[in-house]
Amino acid sequence: MAREPGGSGFSRRQLLLGGAAAAGAGAASVLGAQAIGGALAGGANAAASAAAEAAAAAARETAVGEAIVPYHGARQAGIETPPQAYARYIALDLAPEVDAAAIRRMLRVLSDDAARITQGRAPLADTEPELALMPARLTVTFGFGQGLVERAGGTAPTWLRPLPAFGIDRLRPEWNGGDLLLHLGADDPVTVAHAARMLLKDARSFASVRWSQQGFRRAAGAEASGSTMRNLFGQLDGTVNPAPGTADFDELVWHAGDPAWLAGGTSMVLRRIAMDLDGWDRVDRPGREAAVGRKLGSGAPLTGEREHDEPDFEALTPVGFPVIGDFSHLRRSRSEVPGERIFRRGYNYDESPADGGISDAGLLFASYQADVDRQFVPIQRRLDELDLLNEWTTPIGSAVFAIPPGCAEGGYVGETLV
Amino acid sequence: MQRHTAITPALGAALAALLLLSGCAGTADAAGGETAAPTAAAEAAASITVEEAWVKAADDGMTALFGDLVNEGADVTLVGAATDAAEMAELHETVETDGTMQMRQKEGGFELAAGETFSLEPGANHVMLMGLAGPLQAGDEVTVTLEFGDGSTLDVVAPVKDYAGANEQYDDGHEAH
Repeated sequence: MAREPGGSGFSRRQLLLGGAAAAGAGAASVLGAQAIGGALAGGANAAASAAAEAAAAAARETAVGEAIVPYHGARQAGIETPPQAYARYIALDLAPEVDAAAIRRMLRVLSDDAARITQGRAPLADTEPELALMPARLTVTFGFGQGLVERAGGTAPTWLRPLPAFGIDRLRPEWNGGDLLLHLGADDPVTVAHAARMLLKDARSFASVRWSQQGFRRAAGAEASGSTMRNLFGQLDGTVNPAPGTADFDELVWHAGDPAWLAGGTSMVLRRIAMDLDGWDRVDRPGREAAVGRKLGSGAPLTGEREHDEPDFEALTPVGFPVIGDFSHLRRSRSEVPGERIFRRGYNYDESPADGGISDAGLLFASYQADVDRQFVPIQRRLDELDLLNEWTTPIGSAVFAIPPGCAEGGYVGETLV
Repeated sequence: MQRHTAITPALGAALAALLLLSGCAGTADAAGGETAAPTAAAEAAASITVEEAWVKAADDGMTALFGDLVNEGADVTLVGAATDAAEMAELHETVETDGTMQMRQKEGGFELAAGETFSLEPGANHVMLMGLAGPLQAGDEVTVTLEFGDGSTLDVVAPVKDYAGANEQYDDGHEAH
């Protein structure tokens, strides 16, 4: 790759913009013809304004690819970050010989890769550096499984272990556990693919891939930012969620620091939940809404009008039954204990169907909470005991990771542990 | 213009070493760190910064240093290199001979033109490290001292990375790196 002086992300992005400006001018041919005509007739001022107009159009056209989420900071990106369109979660198992010193070497390399590629710069020794120039809000979030923390000689929080077995679980060995989590998110799938490739090449001498799961949401710009995701059952999924940046969120999500290396970090539970779309097809809308306790269109509770209306669990039908059924997902997932809440940031998945079927779809349920045992487990226990939605949903994968805090420039994620 | 150098701890250390060294006449050891009077302007090493430096991981034998040498001063010649990590370091170019890419020592060193960036990269010019003192594993750091035509030197601290390429043949047919 030819590198020019100051061949930084900055200048490369400038180049990228320049290229896009040319493409934009071609696409907006009518506008371009008018601008050029004006420039010829009107001289320098018109030419300048035409150039400005072309640049503005180009900026709009490539805004998705250009967007950058800072990597360095007290907390890792990819949690409070508004969810990108694409996610990939990769769990790795450490090789038997990898000790604390090797873990440190690995994390320094991977963190440096992430620091560069999330900012639209090619990592060192990237063999396809051109693929690294479109960050598209790429984030790389690292998580540590129980095995890595122990191997590093650190103290694991008590909740860093497999979740208790739930009656509804049908866990498949291929979707469970892992020593190291790489969670990538971006608004461009090529960006995700290249970043994953780069990180896995650099992890290869330390660890092997245990599982890799891909998820998606609506494309960037397809709907208003802040919209609640619709899952493949057609439900708004994640209506009740603490808002990043609020004191409520901070208290629920960020770890206070016992063990100390986790201060400013959090925990992540990733559950692969298969959704029986064929079974769901047989349920008519009233049945679907009863199962969830919400209206499918608006996402409003059955007792309300708007998505974020508070449900009225006391309201009764004319014949005396609760409007929001005691068996509904909404009722069962709601705790009376204020601290028993989690931050959800899930993704849909839709893979090749198995023999004879037409779907293998579901939800990558990702939740973040300061304490898995105190927050996630009680909710899941209630849903395990009773939730009409369980009829069509089956957890088939489960993993728990500690998400360490972020790092400053010159540091690496994991430096507080090893 | 903003330049991104000190991103990794390694490069951060490298930069610190460079800043120290830029004031030291002919000091080959950054750890020596004597801060002599800043007569550095006349030194070749003072006008060079090294960006994006890395070394290919290797268990034994030989490997190479890659990166960008940015020259913000007058024309400079890179005449040699040395490192504690290997018995010998040489400046190599890669040339096509009978249809295969082969490496050979660059006679007279690398000319670093004023205001230009000279790239050391797989399949092209590089600093060859031969007779490794021990394994260089991904995530390690290697310090390589570059020597310029006027005798001034510059320490480069480069992280080690796994890399599948950079397998050019030597003139004598041995697979390198």
